[in-house]
Amino acid sequence: MTAIRATSLSKHYGKTVAVADLSFDVEPGQVTGFLGPNGAGKSTTMRMVLGLDRPSTGAVLVDGRPYQELRHPLRKVGALLDAKAVHGGRSARNHLLAIAQSNAIEASRVEEVLELVGLSQVAKRRIGGFSLGMSQRLGIAAALLGDPEILLFDEPVNGLDPDGILWIRTLMRDLAAEGRTVFVSSHLMSEMAQTADHLIVIGRGRLIADTSVQEFIGRSSQGYVRVRSPRLAEVAELVKVGELHPDHLRVTGLDPLEIGTMTARAGLPLEELTFVRPSLEAAYMELTKDSLEFTS
Amino acid sequence: MIDILRSEWTKIRSVRSTVWTLAATALLMVGISVLLTVAISNSGQNMAGDEATRISLAGVLFAQLSIATFGVLVVSSEYRTGAIRTTFMAVPKRLRLLTGKVVVFTVVTLAVCIASTFAAFLLGGQLILGTTSLSEPGAPAAILGSGLYLTAGGLFGLALGALIRHTPGAVVSAIALMYVLPQLTGLLPGQWGATVDDYFTTNAGMEVAIPGQNGSLGPWSGYGVYLVWIAVTLLVAAVLMRRRDA
Repeated sequence: MTAIRATSLSKHYGKTVAVADLSFDVEPGQVTGFLGPNGAGKSTTMRMVLGLDRPSTGAVLVDGRPYQELRHPLRKVGALLDAKAVHGGRSARNHLLAIAQSNAIEASRVEEVLELVGLSQVAKRRIGGFSLGMSQRLGIAAALLGDPEILLFDEPVNGLDPDGILWIRTLMRDLAAEGRTVFVSSHLMSEMAQTADHLIVIGRGRLIADTSVQEFIGRSSQGYVRVRSPRLAEVAELVKVGELHPDHLRVTGLDPLEIGTMTARAGLPLEELTFVRPSLEAAYMELTKDSLEFTS
Repeated sequence: MIDILRSEWTKIRSVRSTVWTLAATALLMVGISVLLTVAISNSGQNMAGDEATRISLAGVLFAQLSIATFGVLVVSSEYRTGAIRTTFMAVPKRLRLLTGKVVVFTVVTLAVCIASTFAAFLLGGQLILGTTSLSEPGAPAAILGSGLYLTAGGLFGLALGALIRHTPGAVVSAIALMYVLPQLTGLLPGQWGATVDDYFTTNAGMEVAIPGQNGSLGPWSGYGVYLVWIAVTLLVAAVLMRRRDA
């Protein structure tokens, strides 16, 4: 079953539109990246998935039901939104214990997740004194408490050091490999390129793309075939769809095999025939350039 | 529901503000009782039984503010830190959550408040003044009534905390509604002014702790009116809590 299904989801604050008519599915067994510039509506969407914010119109279902109707929601869904949003006066253990008890999760699970995220040694310390990296680990421990099938992470690597980033990436890959649903937001394309299998890209609250990472690159208008030939003008005439540069021809819409076949039949020699793959970053910039809230 | 109660109990016992505000409440109850009764016994006055009971419980006027602060913090601290989102993710049925908070808070507060008023009476009234005792008519009712009065004040704080979601704003509102405005309503002119004064929050509620001050209401009807004020505040807070984004 589809883990998360948003249908025509919208959220307005007065006249400001945070999310507009957003529909998408998030499937299990893969990492789905939720990508968009800052202010695109990613966090708002995640809060609506989790029943924290009420959609203005539309609906979002988790495992086929609205979040509010899940009996012990944390056993189905785990989420890390803002790692610093905790009561600093509580110890790590008591913080997790209170969350566990609310969903009838046994207390022994608290020790397990503390061990899993490497916080067992500081379980008794007040969490107000935790570094961002430690808070992030604590937030992930809370998300994993109920051994949930569905996990949401909002910008989980923000402000982390390289060790922490690598740890979170590996964790997300492992969780997806276990068949769980991992839905992770980021404003960094490069980050998603490392972890995600599928991408949902939004800008200004609207859906821009919903595609696999491979397709996303392939579909981008920036992918092209570079052709060089001693008889370049004749090649250009033959191919017709190319853009002629002084030393090469740039072809979009035909793949190297098609071009090679055409030139071979015409008996034209080729010096180079290369498919130039766009970077994910370039594809992302291309797609979102019209939807940046603030442009510098 | 039992899950929510256990979780809220863990939350309430695991932060220092609980210990501080409850300790302040007990200290104010007992401390003021001791101060007043020592001063009176040093002045050589001879004080009648019901007067002695009343003096030994005079701390409720101040203790109600620390217990109301405790009530405010139980909700507002979650909003201040953003932890309320974690709470709502764990318990998306917000009315059940609020009910759980109210139940745990009431049990904890009632136990501490009645223990405090009992200690204040024993120390100030029975030990230092010596003119009243538990067998004095009206004394057990005054001890219990003062404990109930304080507990209601704590619940008023909790309701205001849930309504305003902002610690300073909720504490100031609690002080205004429980302490400042009840004194100002006494200045209202005429019969309707006197009625408003009698029915206003703590003016009504105080009857259960220190009876005989109110022109319109008795101890239990007065306490009932006070509880209605609190219930209405809590109801508005609950409706808004359900509706508002977290």
